[in-house]
Amino acid sequence: MKIWNYGDDINTDMLFPGKYTYSCSTAEEIRPHLLEDLDPEFAGKAAEGDILFAGKNFGCGSSREQPVVGLKAIGIKAIVAKSYARIFYRAAINQGLLLIDCADAVDAYKPGDSVSLDLDKGEIIIGKKSFSFPKLPPEILKIRDAGGLLAYTREQLKK
Amino acid sequence: MGKTFAEKILAVKSGQDEVVAGQIVMVRPEHLLTHDNTAAIVGKIKDDLKEYGVARPDMPVIVLDHVVPAADEKTATNHKTIRQFVSDYGIKNFFDAGCGICHQVLMEKGFAVPGSIIVGSDSHTCSYGALGVFSTGIDRTEAAALLLRGETWLKVPETIRITLTGKLKPPVSAKDLVLYIIGKLGADGANYCSVEFHGETSSLSVEERFTIANMGVEMGAKIAVFPVDQEAEEYLASVGVDRSSYEPVWADDDTVYIRDLKFDLGNLEPVIARPHTVDNVSPVSKEKGMTFDQYFLGTCTNGRISDLRSAAKFLKGKKIAQGIRLLVLPASRDIFETALREGLITIFSEAGAMILPPGCGPCLGAHQGCLAPGEKCLSTANRNFKGRMGCKEAEIFLASPETVAASAVKGSLADPREEVQS
Repeated sequence: MKIWNYGDDINTDMLFPGKYTYSCSTAEEIRPHLLEDLDPEFAGKAAEGDILFAGKNFGCGSSREQPVVGLKAIGIKAIVAKSYARIFYRAAINQGLLLIDCADAVDAYKPGDSVSLDLDKGEIIIGKKSFSFPKLPPEILKIRDAGGLLAYTREQLKK
Repeated sequence: MGKTFAEKILAVKSGQDEVVAGQIVMVRPEHLLTHDNTAAIVGKIKDDLKEYGVARPDMPVIVLDHVVPAADEKTATNHKTIRQFVSDYGIKNFFDAGCGICHQVLMEKGFAVPGSIIVGSDSHTCSYGALGVFSTGIDRTEAAALLLRGETWLKVPETIRITLTGKLKPPVSAKDLVLYIIGKLGADGANYCSVEFHGETSSLSVEERFTIANMGVEMGAKIAVFPVDQEAEEYLASVGVDRSSYEPVWADDDTVYIRDLKFDLGNLEPVIARPHTVDNVSPVSKEKGMTFDQYFLGTCTNGRISDLRSAAKFLKGKKIAQGIRLLVLPASRDIFETALREGLITIFSEAGAMILPPGCGPCLGAHQGCLAPGEKCLSTANRNFKGRMGCKEAEIFLASPETVAASAVKGSLADPREEVQS
């Protein structure tokens, strides 16, 4: 498992450049361009189970959901950031991608630290310290736990 | 204690007596805006659509604007897919390529009605707060689910109050005001919040309010909203929205806000936002003389007729500086036609500008006006993110139409207050 560590105000153009928004929609098309203008190594090296750390206002800017779709397809276990832009946050719920809101954990993390998650307790453990993070409200958790909004919507439509 | 705009409108729309910030409510938005991304949205739910159809065919408003006219086979095919969807499912609110930028079209065609909710798969959907609409951006998947179910959840946001006093002194403009506010508040200063504008908001035209509400998302806001006054009612009447068809909502007088800010419009000076964040704001007076390769006048932020008129005052009878490029992009066909009638298009073309069809392309690097490595652009758009105009080694500076036009004539960053207007 690798930890990717980035700064503040990482916008959706850095996560997935606007010039590809109308030529790439599927996870396979998106993946090679993920984080292209931020970290050219990411797309080739990121793997299932990796965790991404970032500062404040992660995912600000455009409403494009390709960054979330791409990160989910890679199997990124969670993003841990000081705060998120709201459309990105909603997009992550809708794709079933785990976002952890925890400024203290981001401040505590130093390259080389071990990182693990205890989702039942709502804790992130960095080195020997653990930090709790807020859980989503139950009505929203239902969407993420169904595997995302489309899966949830299909369940509802069948009722 | 009084209620905020967001609390009042979401209580009405969710059928409850009252709601409080933080609460989650179910709503049926009056409209769902989608654009060129409609192809990807309906692609996610092809089989579901066959089985369940579109829940409320009068809800979607689809405007083709992001890559228009189509740039290549792929984008042309996207457009074709969308036209087929519109025809198959009886979507009557469809505006094909050439009508204009979606946000401008929604205002001009009377979809932005006070007291209503509009969600859209575009981050600048917050623009309709200019007319007292609860409007906000969502992702493509949310839009797909809305097509199937016709309803979604919203969290009631907390609210920041911004009180405006005084009057702008032209050529200082609404763009300078909103950039200045974002510079003070920060690119995440209103994250998840509703931003209410109070005070002397009637000193701003509806078009100026549009520019300000449009950039609400650049301070992280969920919505950015103005009260509906006589000028807003007159604007609505001019686009065919009858006064009897809507009930404006506004905050109570005794509401307590999470943050209170005041700005004096009379004290402002022209500003720019330097790369690569919108809150990196600096007075033009401190940066004069900086040179650019491309100048861009247009977008959903500043491509309206008042913007073109203001810019034309600096360009009439003049030529843009040697070795630079000026792109002019009216935000809609209606605006383009008005500009034609008023002779503005002739002024721009004779000055040496390229006139582009109404659309979004250059702003997000999707189509036309792409920058080369090492180039700089002075733009009236809303974002200066790295790579935004198609090249990560280019730099984008944001400014008002007045500053862009005055600077294009001079060939370097100019303070429009010091340049000659016709």
